[in-house]
Amino acid sequence: MAVCLGGLMLAACGKGSSAGSSASSTPASKAATGSQSSVASKKPVVIGASLSLSGDFSADGQAFQRGYELWADYVNHHGGLLGHPVKLDILSDASSPTQAVTNYEKLISSNHVALTFGPFSSLLTIPTSKVAARYGYAFVEGAGGAPDVFAAGLHNLFDVATPVANYMLPFAKWVASLPPGKRPKTAAYPTSNDPFTEPVINKAKSLLQKAGVRTVYYKVFPAEVTDFTPIADQVATTGAQMVVLGSVDVPTVSAFMQAFEQQHYNPKVFIASAGPDQGQAFLKAVGTSNANGVMVPNGWYPGVRIAASEAMVKAYVAKYGGSPSGINADVAEAFSVGQVVAQAVKATHSLSNAKIISYLHSGVKLSSVEGPVKFDSKGENIAALQFIFQWQHNGHFVQVLPTKAPGSQPVLFPKPAWGS
Amino acid sequence: MGGAVAKAVVDGVLTGGVYALMAAGLTLIFGVMDIINIAQGILVVLGAYLSYVLSQDLGIGLFLGLLITIPSLFVIGVAVEWAFMRRLQERERTALSILVTYGVAIVIEGILELIFGPNYVQLRAWYVNQSFHVLGFYLPYIYVFGFALAVFLLGVLYLILYRSRFGRSVRASLQDRAAARLVGVNVERVSTITFGIGIAVTAAGGMVFGATNAFNANSGYDLISRLLTIVILGGLGSIGGALGAAVFMTVIEGLVAVLWSPVWATLVFYAALVLVLVIKPVGIFGQRAARAQ
Repeated sequence: MAVCLGGLMLAACGKGSSAGSSASSTPASKAATGSQSSVASKKPVVIGASLSLSGDFSADGQAFQRGYELWADYVNHHGGLLGHPVKLDILSDASSPTQAVTNYEKLISSNHVALTFGPFSSLLTIPTSKVAARYGYAFVEGAGGAPDVFAAGLHNLFDVATPVANYMLPFAKWVASLPPGKRPKTAAYPTSNDPFTEPVINKAKSLLQKAGVRTVYYKVFPAEVTDFTPIADQVATTGAQMVVLGSVDVPTVSAFMQAFEQQHYNPKVFIASAGPDQGQAFLKAVGTSNANGVMVPNGWYPGVRIAASEAMVKAYVAKYGGSPSGINADVAEAFSVGQVVAQAVKATHSLSNAKIISYLHSGVKLSSVEGPVKFDSKGENIAALQFIFQWQHNGHFVQVLPTKAPGSQPVLFPKPAWGS
Repeated sequence: MGGAVAKAVVDGVLTGGVYALMAAGLTLIFGVMDIINIAQGILVVLGAYLSYVLSQDLGIGLFLGLLITIPSLFVIGVAVEWAFMRRLQERERTALSILVTYGVAIVIEGILELIFGPNYVQLRAWYVNQSFHVLGFYLPYIYVFGFALAVFLLGVLYLILYRSRFGRSVRASLQDRAAARLVGVNVERVSTITFGIGIAVTAAGGMVFGATNAFNANSGYDLISRLLTIVILGGLGSIGGALGAAVFMTVIEGLVAVLWSPVWATLVFYAALVLVLVIKPVGIFGQRAARAQ
């Protein structure tokens, strides 16, 4: 009996992504020690992060891990941080805020990491940023943009991504710009009660109502809901011409799309706050032809014409395979976090968290694969680019808004019927 | 509003069948063996992945694939019982089964994540997204087929348990293992086969789950709490209770979501659970019924 339990425990502990376990032997750390002899000879700078390698956010968490590791590979091939190789110390939080807090406590007070990177999602960033603040660590993150994240007024917190409330701004402007005869007259806003989705949906609703789009459905559902059929069916019965869905993951969007198709309900416009931006993960779940016309906001896409982004995409494909269109946007967010921290370290000639925080608050304009970065007093990136993307022509993820932005293609409007 | 209420009831009944398929194995295993199988959620996901591999890589239809996945999961169930459950001492079996099956769940989840990665997938067939029109409603084919499959498989389980010689052996083992041995019942073999049957049924639940939800290796966590609630509400060990409780749960949630708000749907269900258990602690059909001749 004891042997069996011991075997089970060994097997469980051997699994790389159990909650709280360390994934510190990353390819980045191996690259750190082997890439350049001058870099390799110096003591590594250890950067700690808690990521959702399992649980509800696992797809995003693992994409973030890839982004961080890709950045670490890049920086180690370019002289490291002040000549020191970078080593990542990533702990899995199983998408649990409690575990994420524990992880950052461990990273900072036990593992004594030099710097920290943020976790995935506003839900986890809210409590973990406070841990970093308590110890005076700069907390640069790429996936915690909800207003609640900044409510505590922490001075150490910096989000490289677009402020969440503005996510659907280009979309709302586009709808408002449509001639009255073409503009959708009614809209439904189902949203999960996540700190990320509610601000996005509420702001979009407010703008669209001002543009004369009548709200026929607005309901908040718990993030724990596993059966979306009653909610989706209710939306379908309203016959709303536009659906603006507050979602955080692929299963939510997939469930709504499936229910809509089963109810023979095809809105003219369908946009989700997150999910459709996950590349192949989204297409595999919903089917390529069903994705046509589905829109999603994001600050990055693989084809964006930024030199650093193009290089990152090349490096990603070389390391992980696949095609550029399959790259999850989270990879770019994570990479941007590393870039911003590296620029701060270089500018201050220091690994001091206090100096990094001060530098990032100085109003300096930085660059990233997602475009320009400049932080306001709250730590929000006020220079962030924001686009709306749409799946078109069976598997092409295309930038469509703002209409006048370089590279924007015409919006597929109205949305094609499901499966066509 | 009347139409929306009727639709919520119909949807609830059909969805309840899906949950009953997933919960049937759990209630059978606990009712007969006093084992709480925390791995039930991940086994549903395993069943879904098996169906996925058969349909995507070998082109075998989802329902036809059950002829392979059900026996496969039976073998896995037998292996798990032989390797782990059988080693548990009787007086500690229920409590230790939670730890042991949790460990099994972690291992299975890790293997699935290693093989399939974190990306979500969903089972595809012509009937997954299509529906037919009847009496003013669109009824999705997959839910209707899933409900029919649930009724069929639960009926087969009932016949095995209550109308077969093997079923008598199973119930004799449950009532008194020592006495069952004395009358010639091979208690260990009966337990192994019962566990295997309980896991095998999960293959069907996994297939329907995978056709109605995008899933990955982590999707089992959301399931296990709901499945445990269903089997407790329906009465531990009661196959019919699992179906009844599953339908009750999904209808209640659907009605509350339509009439009130989705925010309260889950809360109302758990409040109803507490109320039922206060009135009848053994659940709607209760364990006593499951062990009756």
